[in-house]
Amino acid sequence: MITNLNILIPEIFLSLSTFSILMIGVFLKKSFNIIFNLSSLIIIVTIAIIISSPNSEEKIFLESFTRDAFSNYFKVLILLSSLFVLNSSKNFIVENKLDKFEYPIIILLSILGMFFMVSSNDLILFYLGLELQSLSLYILASIDRDNLRSTESGIKYFVLSALSSGLLLYGCSLLYGFTGSTNFDLIASQLNKENTGAVFAMVFILVGLAFKVSAVPFHMWTPDVYEGAPTSITSYFAVVPKVAGLALLIKFMFIPFSNILLEWQTIIIFISIASMILGAVAAMVQKNFKRLLAYSSIGHIGYALAGVATGAVSGYESAIVYISIYVIMNIGAFSCLYLLKKDGEYRENISDLSGISKKHPLLAISFLIILFSLAGVPPLGGFFAKFYVFVAVLEREMYTLAIIGLLTTVMSAFYYLKIIKTIYFDDSIIAFEQTKNRTAQISIFASCTILITFFLYPSILNNLVNSLFIS
Amino acid sequence: MNFPILSTLIFLPLLSSLFIFLSRDKKNNNSIYISLFSSIATFLLSLFLWYSLDNNSAEFQFVEEKSWINNYIKFKLGVDGISILFIVLTTFITPICIISCINSIKTRVKEFLIAILILETFMIGVFCSLDLVIFYLFFEAGLIPMFLIIGVWGGPRRVYSAFKFFLFTLLGSVLMLVAIIVIYWLTGTTDITEIYKIKIPKDYQNILWLAFLSSFAVKMPMWPVHTWLPDAHVEAPTAGSVILAAILLKMAGYGFLRFSIPMFPIASEYFTPLIYSLSIIAIIYTSLVALMQDDMKKLIAYSSVAHMGYVTLGIFTLTKQGIEGSIYQMISHGLISAALFLCVGVVYDRLHSRMISSYGGLVSYLPKYSFLFIVFALAALGLPGTSGFLGEFLVLTGAFQKSYLAAMLATFGVVLGAAYMLWLTKRVIFGTINNVEIKNLSDVNKSEIIMLATLAFFVIFFGFYPLPLMETFSVSVNSLIDNYQIALISN
Repeated sequence: MITNLNILIPEIFLSLSTFSILMIGVFLKKSFNIIFNLSSLIIIVTIAIIISSPNSEEKIFLESFTRDAFSNYFKVLILLSSLFVLNSSKNFIVENKLDKFEYPIIILLSILGMFFMVSSNDLILFYLGLELQSLSLYILASIDRDNLRSTESGIKYFVLSALSSGLLLYGCSLLYGFTGSTNFDLIASQLNKENTGAVFAMVFILVGLAFKVSAVPFHMWTPDVYEGAPTSITSYFAVVPKVAGLALLIKFMFIPFSNILLEWQTIIIFISIASMILGAVAAMVQKNFKRLLAYSSIGHIGYALAGVATGAVSGYESAIVYISIYVIMNIGAFSCLYLLKKDGEYRENISDLSGISKKHPLLAISFLIILFSLAGVPPLGGFFAKFYVFVAVLEREMYTLAIIGLLTTVMSAFYYLKIIKTIYFDDSIIAFEQTKNRTAQISIFASCTILITFFLYPSILNNLVNSLFIS
Repeated sequence: MNFPILSTLIFLPLLSSLFIFLSRDKKNNNSIYISLFSSIATFLLSLFLWYSLDNNSAEFQFVEEKSWINNYIKFKLGVDGISILFIVLTTFITPICIISCINSIKTRVKEFLIAILILETFMIGVFCSLDLVIFYLFFEAGLIPMFLIIGVWGGPRRVYSAFKFFLFTLLGSVLMLVAIIVIYWLTGTTDITEIYKIKIPKDYQNILWLAFLSSFAVKMPMWPVHTWLPDAHVEAPTAGSVILAAILLKMAGYGFLRFSIPMFPIASEYFTPLIYSLSIIAIIYTSLVALMQDDMKKLIAYSSVAHMGYVTLGIFTLTKQGIEGSIYQMISHGLISAALFLCVGVVYDRLHSRMISSYGGLVSYLPKYSFLFIVFALAALGLPGTSGFLGEFLVLTGAFQKSYLAAMLATFGVVLGAAYMLWLTKRVIFGTINNVEIKNLSDVNKSEIIMLATLAFFVIFFGFYPLPLMETFSVSVNSLIDNYQIALISN
């Protein structure tokens, strides 16, 4: 069989160009700016390559690598969100002396890892992609190496993540032992309910994946890492790996474990409910904005998992729509943090936002839109994300999940309202610097515009996602 | 007619708010003119709509349809004889609110006007939508501007009140969202004209009806979930209280008429005793509570709960008189409570106190104000010759046909209503002067007299000549009751 390397062009381009800019970085002094701009360019070119490539399903390398509409959608989503995260945080990186040329390169490498994750059709390739991504993330979490909290969060993330990777790998080996294959399609044909060992393996794999998307009860690292890592890294953590993790959860449910869906579903329902409740309750008492966003992201993953838990294509679609809108909202929320600068220091506490509506009306209104959208209040984009998930959940008559989900929406509305209260109702304390952070402002503007106008064409994402599962 | 008149009506305030948002206007004068102009234009447009509506048809008119979510949920708008009156009420009250904010809002005027105009968009949207999802969208979206209006421009306990308002309403509404999605999976559509034709299975009706009730009961508000209302009213700025009392509360009554009864006739029949009990408790209990208030706004807020008790009672008598009385009561309460809150606002702007004990003897120094206040107080207690009388009278007529007990108890409420309103008037307008500062107060100024006199005119006009309103909704109410009877018989 002749391998059709055309399918791999995005990955080949991404890896080759990453290594070449690594060389530039090594030999050029003060190369951060060049490397940074080149990596943005690489991301844009890769997006262009993926969009122009066909969406038909093709598998290569002994059917271990798939390219289809599903993986292409996720790759574009990963690239787009990385592009926005990276560019909106540029000022932050430079001002906090994080402007090492490795920074964007490591991000590109983690993107490469995610590419293999979402394209994998084989346990080995899946694991390799996951590890490439995780290793890059360990470094990123501790990139501010002179900062105690950053290194602490890096170590914490490394230890816990390595543990979960170990469990995942153990699950993979069990799965191989019980089904005799590492290929997803072959595993799917071998698995059935009587295969108790495979169910065990599934639990281990699920633990690993739940850790990556920070779902309860594997969420412990999230608040600490989010708080400890520099904001630019946190925003990357909050957005991009979650997209890849969710893609894999859906993929595992769709292909290898499709025959033991019921067992898999039961666990995901539990994880989903636990994440929604914990996300809502724990966030109420947070004082640090990044920590709050950590808990809020746990809650949001819970909603996305509720869509996954339906075990139906409509549910997967709703989860993908959810995560896409989640990405838009979080990019906006983190970009707002880049504008909260006072005396050369970026403020992260919620109390620092006190009364900014008087001195920074535009920033305040952006916060307002993003926070109400995160809370899922219509007519903003966040409402539609939740709406689709609950439509899918109720289609399967999972009333308990839907009602718990909606009640936690009300609970989580409370802490979003608390921030809005701080911004709008309290008296102002701090006047932040009028920063000329154009890229962050563009991100905020883009995010808010999408969230506000989403209701005009609410099915635009659905139609796109719909086509992923047709093939 | 091909011109999308309803969409224009909905999005005109939104567009003008965008315009105000983009304008650089330091003195706020232009913002006030723009918003006043656009809201009056909206009002005239809605009057034109009312004029060109065919009263002899119970069908939805001016229907606009646009595919929205994947062709299965449509963006569908339309009006009939019932909803048109609420739309006109909304567009009528909004300019009054904008005029009132000239005197009462001192900070961030521009933002306030934007919030009011966005709120107007959502409120008109609620009354126009013929699709459950669109309805929910507008119904919930109204929370955002109202939350900000209470929280930013409110009184000392504004944070507590704003949170209570938001979370109570949201909690009620999410259950309605579940119900809406369940209805979608049961019937395959969220278009209410389609759902009217499909009979929802009996087993589902009760639970769905309760889910809708959870939302409407909070919004109405019905006893025992009314507690957010006094807080919200007391802390909200005058314009916020006016909109809250005049329009937001009417959404729930409208919701019962538009959704609960036609979609779940069997459940509506089944739960009638529940609604009767809650309404009677609301009427008597909150009237008694109102008697004991020493804060004027709180008193009026409790009286609103009592008046809304008549509305729910009237709607669920499911007789022609009862429902017509309820609609009439809602419109008239929209005018009267708006006027009473404006009256409180007028003196609050001068003396910065809402306490009854700070006033007394206003009649000697503010004669014009006192006259208007008394007109509205008498209207609120249902004096014949004011619009308040007709609504209550018809509701009680309807109630007597169904349940003597409920009607008798509700009649007590009329007496209690007279008691707290007259006592309030006695303590504020007449009586001895408790506060020396009253002597220095100026009487109502030009803008205030425009607002209050307009409202007083309509309160008295509709008290003597109810025909324009009655004619508009009579056919729609008839068809509502006919469909309800048919559904019950065929069950």
